[in-house]
Amino acid sequence: MPDNVFDFAEKRDIAWCPGCGDYSIRRSLLAALRESGIEREKLVMVSGIGQAAKMPQYVNASFFNGLHGRALPAATAIKAVDPSLKVIAEGGDGDMYGEGGNHFLHAARRNPNIALFVHDNMVYGLTKGQAAPTSRMGMETPVQVFGVASEPLNPVALAIALNVGFVARAFSGDIEGTAKIMKRAILHEGFALVDIFQPCVSFNKVNSLQWFKENTYSLEPEYEASDRAKAFARALEEFPFPLGVLYESDERRPFEEALPAYRADRSPLRERKRDMAAVRAAVLMKR
Amino acid sequence: MTEVSIVLSGEAGQGIQSIESMLTALAKKASYHVFATKEYMSRVRGGCNSTEIRVSSRSVAARVDRVDIFVPLSREALSHLGDRISDSTVVIGEKAIVGFERMIDLPFTAIASEIGGAVYANTVAVGAICALLKIDREAGALGVRDFFSRKDGAVKDANAEAFRLGYERGLALLPRIDVDIESDPSAAEEIMLTGADAVALGALAGGCDYVCAYPMSPGTTVLAAMAEYSKTFDIVVEQVEDEIGVANMALGAWYAGARALVTTSGGGFALMSEAISLSGAIETPFVAHVAQRPGPATGLPTRTEQGDLNLAIHAGHGDFLKVVLAPGDLEEGFELTREAFDIADRYQSPVFILTDQYFVDSYYTTKSFDVPASPPKRHVVRTSPDYRRYELGSPDGLSPRGIPGFGEGIVCVDSDEHDEGGYITESEEMRKAMVAKRLAKIDAARKEAMPPKLYGGTRYKTLLMGWGSVKMPVIEAMSLLGRDDIAFLHFPWVFPLPGGALDYAASAAKLIAIEGNATGQFADLVEFETGRRFDHRILKCDGHQFAVEELARTISELA
Repeated sequence: MPDNVFDFAEKRDIAWCPGCGDYSIRRSLLAALRESGIEREKLVMVSGIGQAAKMPQYVNASFFNGLHGRALPAATAIKAVDPSLKVIAEGGDGDMYGEGGNHFLHAARRNPNIALFVHDNMVYGLTKGQAAPTSRMGMETPVQVFGVASEPLNPVALAIALNVGFVARAFSGDIEGTAKIMKRAILHEGFALVDIFQPCVSFNKVNSLQWFKENTYSLEPEYEASDRAKAFARALEEFPFPLGVLYESDERRPFEEALPAYRADRSPLRERKRDMAAVRAAVLMKR
Repeated sequence: MTEVSIVLSGEAGQGIQSIESMLTALAKKASYHVFATKEYMSRVRGGCNSTEIRVSSRSVAARVDRVDIFVPLSREALSHLGDRISDSTVVIGEKAIVGFERMIDLPFTAIASEIGGAVYANTVAVGAICALLKIDREAGALGVRDFFSRKDGAVKDANAEAFRLGYERGLALLPRIDVDIESDPSAAEEIMLTGADAVALGALAGGCDYVCAYPMSPGTTVLAAMAEYSKTFDIVVEQVEDEIGVANMALGAWYAGARALVTTSGGGFALMSEAISLSGAIETPFVAHVAQRPGPATGLPTRTEQGDLNLAIHAGHGDFLKVVLAPGDLEEGFELTREAFDIADRYQSPVFILTDQYFVDSYYTTKSFDVPASPPKRHVVRTSPDYRRYELGSPDGLSPRGIPGFGEGIVCVDSDEHDEGGYITESEEMRKAMVAKRLAKIDAARKEAMPPKLYGGTRYKTLLMGWGSVKMPVIEAMSLLGRDDIAFLHFPWVFPLPGGALDYAASAAKLIAIEGNATGQFADLVEFETGRRFDHRILKCDGHQFAVEELARTISELA
C-alpha cells in the first residue's frame, strides 16, 4: 500500500515530459489531499483537456475528465448534486482561462464550493508550443511568429475583481508551499483559485524554472489577505510576481448552499424519490 | 354545428394573449373542447400577431385555415389574415380602428370607457364572444374574476362589469350570427395545457431533478415551467452562461446521480454537439428538449419548423447511440419526456426530445395524463472497491453505472479512449472492444424502439408517413377526406429508426412523406434505412404548421 491513499500502489505510466513541473504539482496535490482529511471515496477530480488536465488520471480517486475548457460547469453540477462530495477542478492556463474563460467568469460569480488548481506555464503544451492566455507579450512561438501581441491575462487579479473568496498564486518549484496553499483552498468554503506558476521544459524556453525563481517573491508573513482592494493592488504587481494567498474571505455563500433543494434536506439528489402524488396533482392543476 | 374557429389578431402588446387566455379558460369551464395556437413576430411590441382558437363539441388538436369569427384589433390585422377571411367569416371589432366595411361594429374601447378606461376593452371583447358561444353570463363573469384573482377587488369588479357589458352587446348580435355548439360534459374533466407544459410535466414524472439552460425561444417555456416547479419539487434549476456550459453541466449532474434536463432550440443545440459526443464517450446519460424553429442560424426565431432532425441524428463526432423522440400530441409530449429519462439512464446515452414552436406554444383540452404510482427508478449501482465503470462483457454493451460517493469504489470517466477502469489507453485491442461496446448499445436500443403507430385502416393503398407535430393535422385531414384507402404511420421514436417501417411500406402502393421542413429530412432517413423511395413529399417551411384543409387538399391531389 502507498503511504497516501490518493496515490497508486503500482507504478503508473505518466504522460508528462521528464522534468515537467506537473510532477511537482502532483506531489503537492497528493500531500494536500492527505492533509485535508478528505475521504477518498468522497473526492471527485474534474478536468478538461491538456497536460495539466491529465492530473485526475494520476490520483487514485473518482474523476470526470471531460472536454477542453469545460471542467467548471461539470464540477459545479457534481457539487450541486451531492454537496457531500469534495470537488477539485484542475487544468492548465489554456484549458481554464482560454477555452474555458467564460465558464471561469461565471463559476466565480456562482461560487460553488470547489477548489480550482490551474497549472500556469504560460504556454500550450499538449498542442506543442503555441501562446497561452497567460503568455507574456513578445514571446515567439510557431504560431505567434512575430511574438505574442495580446496582453497576458492576469488570473489572480481577475478572480479578485470577481470577488472570488480564495485567490492564491503558487509556484511548482516550492512543493511544500504549494501543498499548503492547496490545502487551504480545498478547505475554503466556496470557489477557490490557485494559479500555479510552472515551467514547461519542452515548449517554454523563456519562462524557465530559473525565470520563475528570479521573478517571484513570497508575500510577507504579516500580509493581510482580507482586504480586497489591497489584494487587488498586490495581484497587479509584476516583476516580481507575489506568491501566496492574495485574498481570502468567507463572506460569500457557496452556490449549492443557496439552492432551495437543500433548504430542508441535506441529502444528495440521488437519494430523493419523486413524490408521484404531487406530480399527479401538478397534472390536475391544468384542469 | 360542432365547432367554431375564432381568430384574434393585432399588434404585440395589444392584449391578444389576455383575450385568448380568458376565452379559452371560460370555454373550457363551459365544457367545450378548446384548441389554441398562435403565431407571432420576433418583437415585444407592434407588428402583427394572431391567435386561433377552436371551440368545439369534440376534441380538436390542429390548426385550421378556416376563420368563422375574426376579431381584428388593428388595421393591419385584416391584411395579415389575407385570404383566410372569406365571405362567411364574421368580422367583429372596432370599425373606427379597423376600417373594414362589412364588419360588425363593436366599439370595445368606447364600451370600456363607460366603466373607467380602455384597459377593460379586452374583457369587453371576451364578454361579446362568450355571448356568441352561449356561455352562461354569470359563470363567465365569475371566471373573469378568477382570471384577475391576483388583482385587487376594484379591478375584479371592473373586469366582471366589462365582461357583462360586452356580453350584452354580443347577445344583441345573436340573431345575425348563429353559433350553436353542443357542450360535452367530459371536456370539463379534461386538462388544458401547452406542449411545453406537457414536456415539463413529463420531466417531473420522469424524475428530473436538475434543469440547466440558456434562454432561447421557443425552448425557454420549458425552463420557466421547471423553474416554477422547483418551488414545490426538489429540482435544481440553473441558467448557465452558454449552451456549451449547459450541456457540460448536465453531464456533470448525471454523472453525480441526478436526472438532468436541458432545453433549447436548434442554435443552442448546435453548441452542445461536443458535449453530446462526450455523453457518448463517457456513457453518461443526457436528455435534451429541442424546440425547433426555422434555421439556418437565427432564422425565424418565433416560428416553427421540423428542420433539425438531421442535426439531432448527426449531433456529435464519432459513432455512438443517440435516441431521438418526437411527440405528436400532448399525451406523447408527457409520455415521451418521462420515458426519455429512463431510456437515457438505462442506455447511458443521449436522448433528444424534438418538438417545435408550434408544439410547445399550442394548447388544447385533452384527457388527463396517466401518472405512474411509483417513482422512477435510478439505474445506478452501489460500487464495490474493485468497481470498474466500463466493465466489458455484456452483449448489450452496458456496464453498471456507479456514481461517485455511493459505495466503496471510485467512478472514473474520461473523454479519451479508456480502458475498463476509465483510464486513458491507446491499446488497439481496448479501442476495438470499447467501440464494439458502444455500437452494441445502438443495436440494443433499436430492438427496444417504440414502433410507429398506424392511424386509419390496414387496407390502405396510400401510406402517409410523418413524425412529430404533423401528427394531429394529418389525422384531422384524413378524417376530413374520409377515405379508407389512406392510412398514416406516425413515428414517436424517430431514431434509430425502429424496425417495422418497411413492413408497413410493403403493403402500400404509394408512399407520401409529410413533414415541416424544406427537404424531407425524415423521408431521407426512411429511404436510407429501408431502401424504399417515397413517391411524394409534402413539405412546408414557411414558418407555420400545416393547416388541416391545406393538408387534406394536397393529400387528395396526390393519393
